[in-house]
Amino acid sequence: MLTLYVAGIGILGPGFDGWETSRAFFAGECVYKGGDTAEPRSTLLSPTKRRRMSYTTRLAVHVAQQALEQSGLPGDDLATVFASSDGDTAILHQLCSALALPEKTVSPTAFHNSVHNAPAGYWSIATGSHASSNSLSCYDATFVTGLLDAACQATVEHRPVLLNVYDMKMPQPLHDARPIDVSFAVALMLLPQASSNSLARLDIELRPSDKAPGSTLEQPAMENLRYANPAARALPLLAALARTHASEVVLAYVNGNYVHVQVTP
Amino acid sequence: MEPLYVTAYAAVSALGRGTPATLDALRQSRSGLRPCDFEHVDLETHVGRVQGLEAEGVAIARYDCRNNRLAQLALQQDGFEEAVARAREQYRPQRIGVFIGTSTSGIQETERAYRNRDPKTGALPDTFSFRDTSNLASVADYVRRYLNLLGPLMSISTACSSSAKVFAVARRFMHAGLCDAAVVGGVDSLCLSTLYGFNSLELLSRQPCRPADRQRDGISIGEAGGFALLEQPRAAPRGQATVALLGYGESSDAHHMSSPHPEGIGARLAMERALRCAGLEPAAIDYINLHGTATASNDLIEDRALCAVFGTGVPCSSTKGWTGHALGAAGIIEALISWLSIQHDLVPGTLTTRELDPAINSNIVLQNRQQTVRRVLSNSFGFGGSNCSLVFGRVG
Repeated sequence: MLTLYVAGIGILGPGFDGWETSRAFFAGECVYKGGDTAEPRSTLLSPTKRRRMSYTTRLAVHVAQQALEQSGLPGDDLATVFASSDGDTAILHQLCSALALPEKTVSPTAFHNSVHNAPAGYWSIATGSHASSNSLSCYDATFVTGLLDAACQATVEHRPVLLNVYDMKMPQPLHDARPIDVSFAVALMLLPQASSNSLARLDIELRPSDKAPGSTLEQPAMENLRYANPAARALPLLAALARTHASEVVLAYVNGNYVHVQVTP
Repeated sequence: MEPLYVTAYAAVSALGRGTPATLDALRQSRSGLRPCDFEHVDLETHVGRVQGLEAEGVAIARYDCRNNRLAQLALQQDGFEEAVARAREQYRPQRIGVFIGTSTSGIQETERAYRNRDPKTGALPDTFSFRDTSNLASVADYVRRYLNLLGPLMSISTACSSSAKVFAVARRFMHAGLCDAAVVGGVDSLCLSTLYGFNSLELLSRQPCRPADRQRDGISIGEAGGFALLEQPRAAPRGQATVALLGYGESSDAHHMSSPHPEGIGARLAMERALRCAGLEPAAIDYINLHGTATASNDLIEDRALCAVFGTGVPCSSTKGWTGHALGAAGIIEALISWLSIQHDLVPGTLTTRELDPAINSNIVLQNRQQTVRRVLSNSFGFGGSNCSLVFGRVG
């Protein structure tokens, strides 16, 4: 069992922008109807740097900044995990389109932004942090994988870890091969110990199960969103974090394993 | 940290298939770099290409791509599958994690699909399986299926430090009790994206790359696949391990996306943290396997950082002139070379380098040298300023 404390939450997706305004949807206080994903607009980087950043970088940095600010922690020595199933597919589309032409002219900016750890790189530049950072993918289990990786870093290295999970809406023609219908990103500031600013305690257990396919959401539009983007597999956990009573969330992992999270406000 | 035993390992690179072929190439000073003849690439550069990969296959058809072929070929070397079968019995498949580094996975399949788009609709071919080939997780998923493992799983993609970081991640998962043993590794294969991408940044050498050389002019890209089985000393079969992971150090440059920090702060922190994690003084390291890409800036900055931590005495070399820069597989291939160095008391030279850059002050070894090697530090630094240093040592 791994025990963590949540000290900040960031969210950007259809109808969601920031924990404060999104919380009511999760708590069932108002009906969730979806909407558009607002343009990410982190203020941590200069406008010049922001122009050079890819969409996924801006998406990830936007929610990372929200969680950081809510936690009140300094960002300049903060370990991070950036998890995304598919990374920046607009750049993938741009590169592969260019490489299909006889000249094969690749934009140097597109190439260096194409690395999966581009958001991690820009985040470390924005915060001046020399701390360790991981960037990973595990297809539809990417959120849970990121959560486990961040949990291991926080508990084994005894330090706060900022987890950021994001995927962008797939451009065509890639969308036919991998349908991701909307852009969505979530960030969690995770602490190894309780502190005055922690919002909830998470007790995380990994175990095989042949039972139910994991937690679902009551509101249909939210349940649809859960399938529309790998990062939105986080929604049941966010719903539990919005409650005022303790609850358990079961999230599908890989190989018939499930991650059980006991959420205690 | 408590050491983790490396109880089996295997690799394929431009040096050949398996550890004996790799060791033989090292001993014979035989480079794997050749003028680029990959696909229809029209760049004047050398590559470290794995011969015969086109004739290989995969055990599960829908995963077929160059990268997964390379993964399977590497898994079939050096008795690795047999060692994993033993571990599977000992720990159960659910208790063995799979952590694989890659920078581009099977992106070649997406490149091909884009060359074969429907001229009318722009659609990609029906036969294209994005999930099982091109997605970053494909290689980890394929490895775990091929080995019948059911534990924690992830692909790590931090550019050129990817398959060094797998050691740190696996160690944390084991320490946290999420698995008892781990298969770690890295696989990256030649593709147009990286060849033309590095070319666009003017980082490709026109000659076989010459790390730390006065006339170095960039990298030679290589492809490679490598794996290791990690176990706790108390659980590993007696006498199985000859080398162990003693420490790891990770850092971020916080400087620039494609050029290293000018004072090498990230590189220095990674090395210092690896030593601290291992509980060792700099003097305990007998050999350093450099990141040593042969770009103008990397070699100079790595040298500056290294001298700040170790001074100028410790023998070091870059083996990129042998294998090429295997990007997301560089960490695991250089870990394997570090283990061969420890087992055979061999400090490999910096093969293709002729005249050392006078601005570089560390003790760069040019010719192979026999000397006692008990502990090695291996550096891997990636785009985005992602750094990882590993310390390995002799068991017993």
